[in-house]
Amino acid sequence: MYLKNVLKGGVLAGLMAVAMTGTASAETLHMFNGGEPASLDPHRVSGDWENRIVGDYLEGLMTEDSGAEPILGQAESYEVSEDGLTYTFTIREDAVWSDGEPVTAQDFEYAFKRLLSPEMAADYAYLQYPIKNAEAINAGEMDVDELGIEVIDDKTIAFTLEAPTPFFLDALTHYTAYPVPMHVVEEFGEDWIQPENIVGNGAYTITEWVPNSHIKSVKSETFHDAENVDIEEVMYYSMDDISAALQRYRAGEFDILTDFPTDQYQLLQDQYPGEAHVAPFLGLYYYVINHNKEELADPTVREAMSMAINREVIGPDILGTGELPAYGWVPPGTANYDFEEYQPEWVSMEYGERVAQAIQMMEEAGYSADNPLNLQLKYNTNENHQRIAVAIAAMWEPLHINVELFNSEVAVHYDALQNNDFDGVGRAGWLMDYNDPINMLELLRSDIIYNYGRYNNAEFDELLRSSATILDMEERAEVLREAEEIAMGETAAFPIYYYVSKNVVSPDIEGFEDNAKDIHRTRWLSMSED
Amino acid sequence: MINYVLRRILAALPIAFIAITLCFIVMRAAPGGPFDRERPLPPAVMQNVLAHYNLDKPLWEQYWIYVSGVLQGDFGPSMTSYDFSVSQLLAIGLPFTLMLGMIAFVLATAVGIIAGIIAAVKQNQWPDYILVFAVMIGVIIPNFLMAALLQLGIGVHLGWLPAGGWPGFSIPHLIMPVLVLSWPHAARISRLMRGSMIEVLGTNYIRTAKSKGIGERLILARHAVKPALIPVVSYLGPGLSYLLTGSLVVEQVFGLPGIGRYFINAALNRDYGLVLGTTIFYVILILILNLLVDIVYAWIDPKVRYR
Repeated sequence: MYLKNVLKGGVLAGLMAVAMTGTASAETLHMFNGGEPASLDPHRVSGDWENRIVGDYLEGLMTEDSGAEPILGQAESYEVSEDGLTYTFTIREDAVWSDGEPVTAQDFEYAFKRLLSPEMAADYAYLQYPIKNAEAINAGEMDVDELGIEVIDDKTIAFTLEAPTPFFLDALTHYTAYPVPMHVVEEFGEDWIQPENIVGNGAYTITEWVPNSHIKSVKSETFHDAENVDIEEVMYYSMDDISAALQRYRAGEFDILTDFPTDQYQLLQDQYPGEAHVAPFLGLYYYVINHNKEELADPTVREAMSMAINREVIGPDILGTGELPAYGWVPPGTANYDFEEYQPEWVSMEYGERVAQAIQMMEEAGYSADNPLNLQLKYNTNENHQRIAVAIAAMWEPLHINVELFNSEVAVHYDALQNNDFDGVGRAGWLMDYNDPINMLELLRSDIIYNYGRYNNAEFDELLRSSATILDMEERAEVLREAEEIAMGETAAFPIYYYVSKNVVSPDIEGFEDNAKDIHRTRWLSMSED
Repeated sequence: MINYVLRRILAALPIAFIAITLCFIVMRAAPGGPFDRERPLPPAVMQNVLAHYNLDKPLWEQYWIYVSGVLQGDFGPSMTSYDFSVSQLLAIGLPFTLMLGMIAFVLATAVGIIAGIIAAVKQNQWPDYILVFAVMIGVIIPNFLMAALLQLGIGVHLGWLPAGGWPGFSIPHLIMPVLVLSWPHAARISRLMRGSMIEVLGTNYIRTAKSKGIGERLILARHAVKPALIPVVSYLGPGLSYLLTGSLVVEQVFGLPGIGRYFINAALNRDYGLVLGTTIFYVILILILNLLVDIVYAWIDPKVRYR
């Protein structure tokens, strides 16, 4: 079996030469997709580059529309119980796998149980923790049959939740909620994902995978909305060198770039007006503060440091792509949170005045040129992180702060953050998993592993806990807002900027809608013939 | 001669073994692990993952499992690619890297030798000056810059060749990568060949041959080239390792499906299995080619055999 696979690989590489004629026809979309997928199994993937491929070949009960809002996918309707705890979905009659087998409620049940089994070790299994007992099952504390999912008949499935969850429909659009073809997975095991075995229920079907080069999908005729799918073929190219990818776009080899080098933004605007799309994105770039460091336990010091960060220059000048300055914790445009973004009072002050006040605050706290505050600023090795770190270290200098810059590779860096092994401040970023403020605010909860700085405020924790049981959405939002104000009021961390999504889209492509989730399923795109 | 080759092969085996061991130790000594990421895995899940990859066992036992696997041709699982094993990834990527490397190597060596001979014969005339210029460019411009310049100039502005990609075997897609890879190699070889050729042309036996009235072509072909090749041949081994490390860059810039990318990314992601697998292949490749070079060397210069 093992030798066979090697031979197959060798033969594939050899045949690649002869079999593929890669002629670019008008209805083939060539997409620069970033990294090489670790897997195409929805329960194994964790990156947006994998999401783009997986979300084209599989579809959940709910899916994203062209603006990434949740709409019905494989389900034709759903009902929510009055207490908000039970969701019952009816699956479309014409929902079928690409091999012609019907998509059933059992496929979904099988997929959720597979996702949550501890053996699967799925990175993002926690996104489905709103389902009753999911967390305990995932941790191996409960049998998988206790999961809050009930198959009523072949086309009807009911979910029982732990608590009312306003973002549950949105969570069902995520790849962790996709079905897998039970009949294929049972037959081939781990190999079900190989292009010769793979079966999907989405708008496209994967036909070819050449590692380090590309994945090819073709339009699925069995998809329920196939008549409205325009693009016949999608080529997802994996490349790490984004500058090289831009050159290939300029040479006409790519139609969409899912990223571009920030220092080329000006060139794109000059030579390809309207093709670079920069849009607000649900995510925050921030510095965590180590609350276990004695000097930083003083909220005045933290506030002074925050005041001295000139966020207005970071997006336009240091990064050059116009990232939005962040003073609050929840990005603008977050659903279920109808507020202006949080801003401390000092934002309206002129920057020079702010710094003067910050210096005064530091001096009152006992720091001076002879008695500076020494701290470490850790970031993962990356040109942009470095530029920002250097700039911020310079902004803190007048405050009698001595910053030692320290960079390491991403795996090492996060290892240090998780172990609270940083003597001062550390860079971090968070892209929201689902469109709800709780996803952002939870990063500051005292009992969560992502709270790298070990911020600990009992009142904040209590507000988050109580919000989980509030059914009235406006009331819930008020509670969450109060939590955000508490955390930001005492500078629990330094928000720096809200992320933007960066795409380059050829003028031949229609239907590409900028949205805060940066999800653009190929089925909504079309190509003009020229 | 056979004796000599056998001796060389036996000497190569412990080197390969030491390289594997060193690589294993260095990878494990590096901080961070394959499953450390921005969002840590829950402890129970982490335990499952580590057990799956035998990473919860003592180091010496992991080493033993790995080495015995390699001896049976199994390079184990990749820790960043779930859908392919290390052996599968290598089986797909290696033929490409080998093809690219060999085309560039053979081409560069041939071009370098011929250019060196011409420059030596036409010493301080215009062919010599052209060569000096081409060599300067090849040596001075680093390969990542050369690749980007060609991509921009020929791929984007002129549009004569594809700017990258590999849609299956296609000569147009190979031209720029091969050019970038072979240029510095050919440049160095031509310098060596030119210098050594000038030296040989000044020796007594060549002068004797000339005085006997033998034609210039015949002198070059029969008497001068073979001895002049000795420094070139001794450079081929290290030259090839330069060329292979260059292919890491070329594969990245042109988006080619070789194994170069694994070398970089796998090391950064602490994908132990893939790093070791790739390293072993590079080590074996370089050992084999060094061996070939030594054999050619022994053929050219009989003295080498008896040393």
